[in-house]
Amino acid sequence: MIMAKVTFLSDLCKGCGLCVDACPKKILIIAKDKINAKGHSPAEMTDQEKCIGCAFCATMCPDCVITVEK
Amino acid sequence: MIVFEKPKALTDAPLHYCPGCTHGIIHRLVAEAIDELGIEGITVGVAPVGCSVMAYDYFACDMVEAAHGRAPAVATGLKRCMPENIIFTYQGDGDLASIGMAETVHAATRNENITIIFVNNAIYGMTGGQMAPTSLPGQVTQTSPYGRDVTVAGYPIRVSEMLSTLEGPEYIERVAVNNVKNVRNAKKAILKAFKNQVEGKGFSLVEVVSTCPTNWGMTPSQALEWVDTNMIPYYPLGVYKDKTAAAVEAAKEE
Amino acid sequence: MAEKVLMKGNEAIAEAAIKAGCRHYFGYPITPQTEIAAYMAKRMPKIGGTFLQAESEVAAINMVYGVAGAGFRVMTSSSSPGVSLKQEGISYIAGADLPALIVNVQRGGPGLGGIQPSQSDYFQATKGGGHGDYHLIVLAPASVQEMADLTGKAFDLADKYRCPTMLLADGTLGQMMEPVEIPDVEVTPVEKPWAVNGTKGKRAHNIVNSLYLKPEQLEKMNFERFEKYKQIEENEVMYESFMMEDAEYCVVAFGIAARISKNAVVAARKNGIKVGLIRPITLWPFPTEVIAKAAEQVKGFVSVELSMGQMIEDIRLASGCKKPVLLCNRAGGMIMSPEEVLAKIDELAAN
Repeated sequence: MIMAKVTFLSDLCKGCGLCVDACPKKILIIAKDKINAKGHSPAEMTDQEKCIGCAFCATMCPDCVITVEK
Repeated sequence: MIVFEKPKALTDAPLHYCPGCTHGIIHRLVAEAIDELGIEGITVGVAPVGCSVMAYDYFACDMVEAAHGRAPAVATGLKRCMPENIIFTYQGDGDLASIGMAETVHAATRNENITIIFVNNAIYGMTGGQMAPTSLPGQVTQTSPYGRDVTVAGYPIRVSEMLSTLEGPEYIERVAVNNVKNVRNAKKAILKAFKNQVEGKGFSLVEVVSTCPTNWGMTPSQALEWVDTNMIPYYPLGVYKDKTAAAVEAAKEE
Repeated sequence: MAEKVLMKGNEAIAEAAIKAGCRHYFGYPITPQTEIAAYMAKRMPKIGGTFLQAESEVAAINMVYGVAGAGFRVMTSSSSPGVSLKQEGISYIAGADLPALIVNVQRGGPGLGGIQPSQSDYFQATKGGGHGDYHLIVLAPASVQEMADLTGKAFDLADKYRCPTMLLADGTLGQMMEPVEIPDVEVTPVEKPWAVNGTKGKRAHNIVNSLYLKPEQLEKMNFERFEKYKQIEENEVMYESFMMEDAEYCVVAFGIAARISKNAVVAARKNGIKVGLIRPITLWPFPTEVIAKAAEQVKGFVSVELSMGQMIEDIRLASGCKKPVLLCNRAGGMIMSPEEVLAKIDELAAN
């Protein structure tokens, strides 16, 4: 099992969803029920255990919201 | 182990760009190149007029804000008086290919040893979505409300192709940032464009096909798709000029 | 002590700039100042400097903006239509508080005008020129020697006040040859902690910029800049006063018009008319107080200009319209004779 950790600087997220589209495991969502300091619904991970640490999400994030550790 | 984090050559200032705007990705790629080459302390960037006008707040190196289109001239001044420093410009399509076309072409033909990051999203974003020199035929914008009529407004300019006809430039490549694979290629091209300058090779320009979800009237995802279906067919990706690579090839053949 | 050599005014500017430590020149050919570029093209490569013929005047001034931002002494030169093109860059240089020298060897206008000497860019030079609230320090030489001396002075003032300066000459001065001594000056490097020359990892990044999206911040910058202008007005006014001690009439003229006027003043004195000359050397800051004081003393002024009458407005303002101000002018590249100035002095004295 790959131990990967993805952290979001949620207050910088603009909820654009590019990370959601990029994730090959489809474990990212835009949390419609939440609102961050900028007034956006931020991206978040639904199932950390399925993450393979590919960093596709971070690669497509325009706002450097995502840090990936493996 | 950290496999992905914000590069050091970006400041902590939150980007002002619209949600899903790929300027942020391109900023990051530039900063990653600066980090990897360890050149932040000797780099001076030149910001344009347009959406990325405030790039001077985002890059951690010294920055100059240029007048609309004049970044290559400002960069020429900076490089001529500080040949040991690394000078780059970051410009949009209106800035580089319309009002600043003369500065662009002449910096290229002089083979100024500078790096230009040219962001082509086929629209004027900052002023609210007017027709750009690179807007596609038929593209609806605020100033081409019935679609770009090429009999009135002329045809979009393929900057990379045009500049590659010049003797001067060292390296010209067109990349895109609409999917992971393209972003990684874009990264390689941008890194090379900076490395060329470090090695004294000369004028290196990377045209980055980008998006403007807001003024294209699309979601960020749709905009990335539109790059594939509309932009890239008109603006094919690839290396348009690479003097060093061409010389290596020529040597092999001999 | 440097020796005297025979030189064109344009060449004297170029050599004086080099002596003043300027190693970067960007220009575009235009008559009647091209000798400056030609001189720089010869000299700069020999002394490790930059000469670059830019693709346009617009590009040239923006190259200047880059070098000035990096903290080096830098200049460009042009003539009237070319200086119009440079106004965008000059406004940015002023807005970013950068020191640089712009030389305008004026020719007749408007439009393409002609190539003969003129002083019709006075308004453009002294009232701003480009968009926004700003001033240039404007120096007006009247001889080849002054072309050289004021060039060095212009660089010093630019560094001292972090502002662009302009040498405002005309085609006559640019083309005329006179003996000139270009002094070897000791250039003391000025600290420029604001310059963009790489952080070297030792300081926060510097930004050369004129954009302030918050109006209260932009207003503050403008007010601060005008505080600086106030200091310049208090400290840097330069003028020449000639036969003014007992004068009843005053001729005001700058540059080549002042040299012509001097002959007329001497001739008028011979005819028994007590007339003197005030020659502004700084056109901005204008010698307002000097003119105001003269207005208490004399019965009237003659403004002698190679234009349709531009400086005359500043004379009227400075004198509070207390005394009549007559205009003796030629335009479009024509030059007045001393006799024409004398006739105007006579007209003033007769009333």
